[in-house]
Amino acid sequence: MAPILKISDLHKHFGPLEVLRGISLDVDPGQVVALVGASGSGKTTLLRCVNALEDYHKGSISLGDEQIGYQELNGRRVRLPESRVARQRADLGMVFQSYNLFPHMTVLDNVALGLVYVQKKSRAEAERIALSWIERVGLAEKVKSYPFQLSGGQQQRVAIARAVAMQPKVMLFDEVTSALDPELIGEVLAVMQNLARGGQTMLVVSHEMMFVREVAHRVVFMDGGVIVEQGPPEEVLVRPRTERLQTFLTRFRGVLR
Amino acid sequence: MLHDMSFALPQLLRGLGVTLEIGAIVVTAGSLAGFVVGLSLLYGGFAVRLAARLYVDTIRGLPVLVLIFVIYFALPAFGLRFSAFQAGITALSIFATAHIAEIVRGGIDSIPRAQMDAAKAVGLTFWQRLHLVILPQAVRRMVPSWVNVAVEIVKGSALLSLLGIIDLLLAMQNVVGVTFSPLPFYGLTAFLYFAVNFTISRIGGLMERRFAYLKY
Repeated sequence: MAPILKISDLHKHFGPLEVLRGISLDVDPGQVVALVGASGSGKTTLLRCVNALEDYHKGSISLGDEQIGYQELNGRRVRLPESRVARQRADLGMVFQSYNLFPHMTVLDNVALGLVYVQKKSRAEAERIALSWIERVGLAEKVKSYPFQLSGGQQQRVAIARAVAMQPKVMLFDEVTSALDPELIGEVLAVMQNLARGGQTMLVVSHEMMFVREVAHRVVFMDGGVIVEQGPPEEVLVRPRTERLQTFLTRFRGVLR
Repeated sequence: MLHDMSFALPQLLRGLGVTLEIGAIVVTAGSLAGFVVGLSLLYGGFAVRLAARLYVDTIRGLPVLVLIFVIYFALPAFGLRFSAFQAGITALSIFATAHIAEIVRGGIDSIPRAQMDAAKAVGLTFWQRLHLVILPQAVRRMVPSWVNVAVEIVKGSALLSLLGIIDLLLAMQNVVGVTFSPLPFYGLTAFLYFAVNFTISRIGGLMERRFAYLKY
């Protein structure tokens, strides 16, 4: 099976600081890939590069057979025009650590926005689709609420609905439970688990090792801007080969046994 | 006194009309142009950004009166001749544009960058992001400063009386010149200026409340 998402030899630096030092990673359709690692290891930056929210200096990212954000012109890598990039992003869903709902819109409008303005669906059709996703994340009674009226967990579920309603080829989750109170984490993870079971391709940055172990098909451990180890969760999380991963996992000994 | 009033009132009201006309034209023109310059400050290429920055900083550093005199008295030397009204409107609009540009820039800049990221992630194009996501939030933050500029413009329009435009201020001076009773007409004129600006402030307050649902 051809990978749906293909990251090849990605390099990025912020000034002298090298954040990504040659990342190559393939994600197959329907696969859930979890990125784990200490903060500063480049996971979030990698995710943001995939959605063309960050420029990078070398390498390539392809969704299907289309390169994201750049094109090759006479052997040189050139940034695609903004409108093309916008269309590419419509095929990628992203959920952020800080939810980032649009505060001036109701829950319904938040979810329907992309359907109306990017996918050019009629208002009625868009609201029908939006509503069905809002129901699936368990917030049917909140459609007319504004984000500030919701708890963090509810906001994050709306943010997930907003992203998946577009039926993206790949969903990107960037530490989506890190800003949540512990008792609200479960409801968000449950929504993600349902998506994974439904065959959604997902690239997930997470510190929830129980969740990663249960849901991910493959775990990728990053450290210092490179992939140090990867494989099925039972191997990578339970029998880490490298010392760096062993050190990282000591923090989660309680949850992983 | 009653006779004075019946002579003065139509003149003052005509002056008030001119002041309101100047204010409306200048605030409209300044808002439209200021919006464009403000966006240039944020999203223009290097040259555009530099030009916009030079414009805004230069104009904001000048007294309006200097601007008015330059356009009315100095530009004719270069073959650019304006009527007093045109010159006044132009000078005040140039002034208002610079101030509103800075307000637009600041308002948009105050919206968390994450909002732009989220709007990008949805797949919206640049202009969609701006008008669907960023501006509805930014406009609310611009309202108070925008009201300030509008009030400044109404007060600043009194300077145009120096070019012989019979606005509220010059109408008052004419009336006092004939009736020789300064106090009631100074008072009445001050009250009219106040009433106009108070109304603008109230409209601003209403607009702010209109956006009150915007919480984070």
